[in-house]
Amino acid sequence: MKTWFKSGSPWIWMTAGTVSISLVAVLGLLLLIAWRGLIYFWPATIYEFDVRDQFGNINTVVGEIHDREQVSVVQLRESGREIEGEPTDMVTRYLVKTGNREFVELDFRWILETDIIERRTPENLAKVERQKNGNFYGEVVEVLDSGQPIAGDLMEVLFERIDRVADLNSQMAAIQHSDIGSINYKLEKIRLRERGDEIRDRLTQERIDGYNAEREALRNEYLGYEKKLFALRDETTRDAVVVKDMRGELVTISMKYVLDVTFPNRMGVFSKAAHWFVEVGKFISNEPREANTEGGVFPAIFGTVFMVMLMAVVVTPFGVVAAIYLHEYAGKNALTKIIRTAVINLAGVPSIVYGVFGLGFFVYVMGGSIDQLFYPEALPSPTFGTPGMMWSALTLAILTLPVVIVSTEEGLSRIPSTVRQGSLALGATKAETLWRIVLPMASPAIMTGLILAVARAAGEVAPLMLVGVVKMAPTLPVDGNFPFIHLDRKFMHLGFHIYDVGFQSPNVEAARPLVYATSFLLVTVIVGLNITAIGIRNHLREKFRSLEH
Amino acid sequence: MADSAHNLLAASRVRLLKDQIARYGVTAGGVMVLVALLLIFFYLLYVVFPVFRPVTLEQHETFAIPGAGKTLALGIEEQNEIGFRLTSNADVVFFAARQANKGFDSGEIIATEALPQLQGELVLASTTPAMQTYAIADETGKAMVVRPDFRTSFPNDVRKLTPYIGYPLGEEPFVVDQQGQSLKLFVFERGEEQATFAGVTADERLIVTRLLGEENFMTEEVEWTAEHYAVRAQAQNIDELKITPDHRMMFVRHDNRVDVYDISEPESGISRIQTLDFGKKQLTAMGLLSGASSILIAEQGGIISQWFQVRTENGREFTRIRDFDAGANVSVLASEFFRRGFLAGTDDGKLSLFHSTGDTRLVTQKLANDAIDQIVFSPRADSVLVEEAGQISYVEIYNPHPEVTWNALWTEVWYEGYSEPDYIWQSTSGSDDFEAKMSLVPISFGTIKAAFYAMLFAVPLALAGAIYTAYFMAPEMRTYVKPTVEIMEALPTVILGFLAGLWLAPLMENNLPGVMTLLIVLPTGFLAAAYGFHKMPKRLKQKIPEGWDAAFLIPVVIFLTWFSFAISPTLEVWLMGGNARSYITNELGISFDQRNSLVVGIAMGFAVIPTIFSIAEDAVFSVPRHLSNGSLALGATPWQTMTRVVILTASPGIFSAVMMGLGRAVGETMIVLMATGNTPLMDFSIFQGMRTLSANIAVEMPESEVGSSHYRVLFLSAFVLFIVTFFFNTISEFVRQRLRDKYSNM
Repeated sequence: MKTWFKSGSPWIWMTAGTVSISLVAVLGLLLLIAWRGLIYFWPATIYEFDVRDQFGNINTVVGEIHDREQVSVVQLRESGREIEGEPTDMVTRYLVKTGNREFVELDFRWILETDIIERRTPENLAKVERQKNGNFYGEVVEVLDSGQPIAGDLMEVLFERIDRVADLNSQMAAIQHSDIGSINYKLEKIRLRERGDEIRDRLTQERIDGYNAEREALRNEYLGYEKKLFALRDETTRDAVVVKDMRGELVTISMKYVLDVTFPNRMGVFSKAAHWFVEVGKFISNEPREANTEGGVFPAIFGTVFMVMLMAVVVTPFGVVAAIYLHEYAGKNALTKIIRTAVINLAGVPSIVYGVFGLGFFVYVMGGSIDQLFYPEALPSPTFGTPGMMWSALTLAILTLPVVIVSTEEGLSRIPSTVRQGSLALGATKAETLWRIVLPMASPAIMTGLILAVARAAGEVAPLMLVGVVKMAPTLPVDGNFPFIHLDRKFMHLGFHIYDVGFQSPNVEAARPLVYATSFLLVTVIVGLNITAIGIRNHLREKFRSLEH
Repeated sequence: MADSAHNLLAASRVRLLKDQIARYGVTAGGVMVLVALLLIFFYLLYVVFPVFRPVTLEQHETFAIPGAGKTLALGIEEQNEIGFRLTSNADVVFFAARQANKGFDSGEIIATEALPQLQGELVLASTTPAMQTYAIADETGKAMVVRPDFRTSFPNDVRKLTPYIGYPLGEEPFVVDQQGQSLKLFVFERGEEQATFAGVTADERLIVTRLLGEENFMTEEVEWTAEHYAVRAQAQNIDELKITPDHRMMFVRHDNRVDVYDISEPESGISRIQTLDFGKKQLTAMGLLSGASSILIAEQGGIISQWFQVRTENGREFTRIRDFDAGANVSVLASEFFRRGFLAGTDDGKLSLFHSTGDTRLVTQKLANDAIDQIVFSPRADSVLVEEAGQISYVEIYNPHPEVTWNALWTEVWYEGYSEPDYIWQSTSGSDDFEAKMSLVPISFGTIKAAFYAMLFAVPLALAGAIYTAYFMAPEMRTYVKPTVEIMEALPTVILGFLAGLWLAPLMENNLPGVMTLLIVLPTGFLAAAYGFHKMPKRLKQKIPEGWDAAFLIPVVIFLTWFSFAISPTLEVWLMGGNARSYITNELGISFDQRNSLVVGIAMGFAVIPTIFSIAEDAVFSVPRHLSNGSLALGATPWQTMTRVVILTASPGIFSAVMMGLGRAVGETMIVLMATGNTPLMDFSIFQGMRTLSANIAVEMPESEVGSSHYRVLFLSAFVLFIVTFFFNTISEFVRQRLRDKYSNM
């Protein structure tokens, strides 16, 4: 034993242990996010519990088991519960999501295992997803058409009516977003043109009349759409579904609010799996509802991707040129050393400092000047002088610049110098060698740098909180109105979505699964990008290693 | 032939030109990186700079006093264009305060408004500056309340101010002294539904008159009823009176003392609650600071002391907080409208500007040879009118950020309402009277604390891991471990923060004993596993490839973690009476936050590990093999070689790795934002949260007003972060460069 200690082998094992801890932590973390994120879409069984309350009455509680934990008997006694058993005994406590937010005080409640008398999973229990007030759990009794029950197969009628309303809703959304949205956009443009004429002192009566005529035309168009919209809205209120809730009361829910009805207790594994894919699809493609705590994350995905693409367009040329300078042109002098230090420092400066710089310099100085020069008619309300897409992309471009530089330079240094010398010996200039020989060979490395930069930018939140991200953007940065791409708009971002929903939302418990799902999405994208980059890089290393021999 | 040669030459010229252009372009691109860094540095500095620009007082214009009579009060409006005088001739003279006023020379009279209904010699009292209201009493003991005001109109798109006199309490005079005596001294204060007069009458009585307003429901006009009270006090030698704007207290200055009277409920008697005694020192002036919690008292010789109420054993008492030195006997004190700044005019014609919480004399300027008679601030505190020896001076002040001083940022400051000097960060509040408290100490402390706990967690794990991976691990396993660590580095901090705040924090709170057990169980478990492996039959041992120990330990880690958490509740019942949290709070007397330093340390440590790991691993791995081979050949064990040769050689690299990690930990934002309570505390306890510089910026920057002191202080904290991380990164880079050179020479 003593010699064993002396050999130092236990200490080697200890250091090995730290590696294991790190590996377990990383993999465990990824698994945790994956598990929690993916289970969100799996249709959960709806239970019907008979629960005894503290007065001995027996109540029925219907809902999904949201979470469970072990509590010791001592803790329960301390919180005033009378319970039998040894102090060290553990009791399971369930967090049940009961939904029906407008009828019960809390849509989540803790139930002790010992209070549950019976637990059933009746097949006809349904989960009604609604536009407002979250889910509703209960038993579907009948479907009403203008207040009259519809005869026939309940399920068939139910789903037919849900589809009908979904169709109407999407028509309404189309009118509201594209048609009415574009009218509002045009009206605003007219106002700005008029104001611009006024500032430049060329607002003649003729022009005013012109503007007013345009306005009138738009207004008439608007009235037409409004009429259509109201007609559709009336149509949606025609049907309703009657559901018996856990209190045994019949609740009529207008079809207008019903998004979907599912019967998870009837589903087998395969139909659950099918449903899972549908839910994932909805999550990716839908807009958020109810202060971001329900629905999908499409605008956040779109905002993230668009911003990152814009950033890539900016950062790639600068990063590549800087790397070429450092590797191909720079001599061994003080300036090169200083620039290298600057690169390292740019990589090490906290991201929030970039945010502060972006807010002060890009938004207020540059944006403010742009507004003065090009958008005086919109002042005092700022166009570019406020946080937005463009400034976010620029800020992140500076932030990710070192990533591209370092990666590109590594790629350049792996290209054997014989290749360059060969080209120069054949009479090519240095620039030609670079352009025709070196850059094409380094392109996978540049790609790697770009991918890493994109991955970094996609996960960065702190600077964006200052330069352009919002919790709820009414419009996407790209739409059908000229000039189609609106770089001055604020946008939503997956990372900020996680922060906002997880920490700023009033009902954290209800929102948490959604945050896990969003996190999983973000982690998948970032880990995927990184693995791709690592793969390309390793492939490249192998390739050039063989070139050297 | 010649033609083609010519073409070739021309073509090559173009090519050379292109080559040159490319050279310059690429060089410019390379220098851009440096420019970007410098731009960030100088822009941050540029925004911060006004905070530290010296304060200036500049005497712009001086003119003879416009209008006749003695000046009772001076005033100036917000735009610094029009000044006014209330004179002993019962009128208000409006005059141009500076040349910039269109069409008027400075000092030229714009309008004169008479105040009728007043007879004989007049005494004037003014409210706190922000109210801009004056009461004028005549020799019959009656007083009028007036407010010189300005209407703004835009004829021909040019702003025009028209002065007039407003009567906020009605045009009828009020009876101040029921006996109809004239007043020697007079003070006045007004609120929405209350107004208070106090004075010393010609026959030496100290009286207080309170007006109570009641709105008439029919006419919506306020009707005022007066109540008169006499204060039993020696009134012969009273020099000055002051009333606080909340109508609760009256200060009476005698030769060498100030008496404080409680006048909040005059109907149940006005009593003296405290005497501020100055011994042999005669007092020369007295003033209230804006917010009216503090009183300023100037004594002979020019020392001005600030007093406010502090909770003591005898209840709330006025306490001498700090002193300022004006250099000579102070004749006038004037306070700013909204900030805690004030001006003192001295007998020898000097003007000194002070800021009370900044605890500094900002600037002193000699204006004249004679004593200064009157000083008045403009509402924005960017100019003052000063009257001395028959002339008025318009003085411009550049003083946008008096509250941000070195002392206020980095030392303990005694704020109004606090019982002792303290470091406080509290930048906003709902109240108007609120004074921003911007000490960078608690948030810098938070930053250091968070970084400390993160490093405590990360450094041992990362360094030990790096050493093992670089030196002992099998190369095949290394090809899996390195990318995994890179993935770890790439994980967005927002996700780490979210997990730390919403998953790890409650988990650790519920399983505290388990977490503590884990700390002990893991190392012992590793040792046990190692011993077990050591005792394994040789045959079996040889079959297992070398350098895969870490992989074998993975199941051990998983099992031990599960085990610790499984026995946690049992331990909790045994050792801590069933509830760890209440045990820590009640038995150990340590306050416990769910989102505490332990959580931050682990989460941020997780973020820092890969940074330290990859640099340190690189350094250890590139230690030349012949060094370690030599050591092994001489009979050293691998571990001895590691500790005595490899680590020593690689130590600069390891140092630079730790520096890099520290830089990252100091600047990390999202994790601390989400995993702590974000309260700016000065407590090193592991069970409490903190607020860091970076999180503070993220929380407050979006709400701060551009150009305000708060905005600039936030930029300053960003600048501090920039400098700190710059320092760490540069040192680390420098050390690494040296190491690389050393290796290449070996």
